[in-house]
Amino acid sequence: MSALSDERILHSSPLRRLLGRPELGSVVGALAVFVFFAVLADGFLRPTSLSTVLYASSTIGIMAVPVALLMIGGEFDLSAGVLVTSSALVSSMFSYQATANTWVGVGVSLLVSLAIGAFNGFVLTRTRLPSFIVTLGTFLMLTGLNLGLTKLIDSTVSTKSIADMQGFSSARVVFASTLTVGGVDFKVTILWWLALVAAASWILLRTRVGNWIFAVGGNKDAARAVGVPVERTKIGLYMGVGLGAWISGQHLLFSYDVVQSGEGVGNELIYIIAAVIGGCLITGGYGSAVGSAVGALLFGMTSKGIVFAEWNPDWFKFFLGAMLLLATLLNAWVRKRAEATA
Amino acid sequence: MTTTGRPAPLIELTGVSKRYGNVRALEGVTLEVGPGEITCVLGDNGAGKSTLIKIIAGLHRHDDGVLRVDGEETLLSSPRQALDLGIATVYQDLAVVPLMPVWRNFFLGSEPRKGVGPFKRMDIDLMRETTRAELLRMGIDLRDVDQPIGTLSGGERQCVAIARAVHFGAKVLVLDEPTAALGVKQSGVVLKYVAAARDRGLGVVLITHNPHHAYLVGDRFVLLRRGTMVGNHTRDGITLEELTAQMAGGSDLEALRHELARD
Repeated sequence: MSALSDERILHSSPLRRLLGRPELGSVVGALAVFVFFAVLADGFLRPTSLSTVLYASSTIGIMAVPVALLMIGGEFDLSAGVLVTSSALVSSMFSYQATANTWVGVGVSLLVSLAIGAFNGFVLTRTRLPSFIVTLGTFLMLTGLNLGLTKLIDSTVSTKSIADMQGFSSARVVFASTLTVGGVDFKVTILWWLALVAAASWILLRTRVGNWIFAVGGNKDAARAVGVPVERTKIGLYMGVGLGAWISGQHLLFSYDVVQSGEGVGNELIYIIAAVIGGCLITGGYGSAVGSAVGALLFGMTSKGIVFAEWNPDWFKFFLGAMLLLATLLNAWVRKRAEATA
Repeated sequence: MTTTGRPAPLIELTGVSKRYGNVRALEGVTLEVGPGEITCVLGDNGAGKSTLIKIIAGLHRHDDGVLRVDGEETLLSSPRQALDLGIATVYQDLAVVPLMPVWRNFFLGSEPRKGVGPFKRMDIDLMRETTRAELLRMGIDLRDVDQPIGTLSGGERQCVAIARAVHFGAKVLVLDEPTAALGVKQSGVVLKYVAAARDRGLGVVLITHNPHHAYLVGDRFVLLRRGTMVGNHTRDGITLEELTAQMAGGSDLEALRHELARD
């Protein structure tokens, strides 16, 4: 028995523990990028610049959290980007057309967003098609609906202003206000982002549902065999993406007072990239909400850092691609270490 | 209670048969296992071992014969029903999630919780402690229950699955070739835990094609060949040599020896 115990001690060494953290790669990467722009970009360290970086990160981060949970649960959602626009459109158009209090539109939008998420999950679990196909279908349908319905109802590609409607100002406070802390302006989305990361971490690490999320992504059949409700878990994860899209969509609407119906296309990949850079395994079963936040922060730092450094923003995509590759390689390596059979 | 002195068998099969269409998969199998006993089912590939497992685990219904659980005649219609009756099956391709820690795997699907409302959460300390304690009771000293279960060896994973079934109140443990993919040393470890489960009063049905492993722990031996039962012995009634010879097909082996012999 002693020989067996000895080889087990290796597993719990602090280094191995650290290597086993899903966020490790992204934290190292984020530090490197931070130092890089702190040195090269004038004014990157100014509080107002950091506030801008945090705002850019939060708009990605709010969606990266549910997308990361979904990825840990073993699935993708390619409709996440346009779903944000759909949420904003529903809220705006419902309030305008029904001449209702803005909050009624916001509520309807929440229901619609959750329903679309549930639809994705339901079709996925019923048909057993890959989520890539199912959500690609939803992505295309929503893209068409966003444009088509907006043109049909408002005769242009953007919605009518709802700025003078009842409840607009209070909704703006909740979804798009600016808070001043120590003379620096911070957008309220940063708070939404932090709250989502905290809630998602709680669910993943402390609750039964979190256990199920890891299990359905790691080995669906084993999970089903011990009584985990696999279908319900997956549908719930898609509804989580709907919730994130609703928050992001309301921010989009109340930052201005109109919504461009063609927006959002391509953002779904950015959310996925943030989650992957943050250590989520594309194959499921591994990752963290904090990691997705670090991934979003990396994204925000790079996109704004390039502006502060006064470089051509075209370089942003190059950096993003390189980071994605590096992160994925690092994750694969970490996983191999963690899975290595004793 | 069918007999006096000895408690009723936990599971008793009498003349159980199963057909798939016009294929006779199993014919007239008689088998029993009581508390604290190990019944070994031996047979070559295609002998009907898997079919027998599926009947006991509730995946397939038998067509003929009688299946008694705790002395009551039963038709198992689902794995859930079998589980509720205390029959736990540990399959060869183990049902674990490799990337999840041992303690999360141990309680997967039956997580204990504490707290109320939105703060209802898994009782993680209890889960860690119970996992460690239950494994220790089976004689497995796992230093770190936080390691991904995928880092354990095949034998250790098998043992965790057995300990899990014992903890969740199984009365009968059905093990499908637990030593098939393992080396000699690992097989020994697994057999030790099978014996530990027996000593805790469980009935064990051990499916194997290795007569040496079977004879180390078995109280009864049921031999299958091509879907029919060709032998049902108690430990007193058969020696390892006889068991090996029967298992290898006796006269078949003699013929093979003759065929392969150098001139």
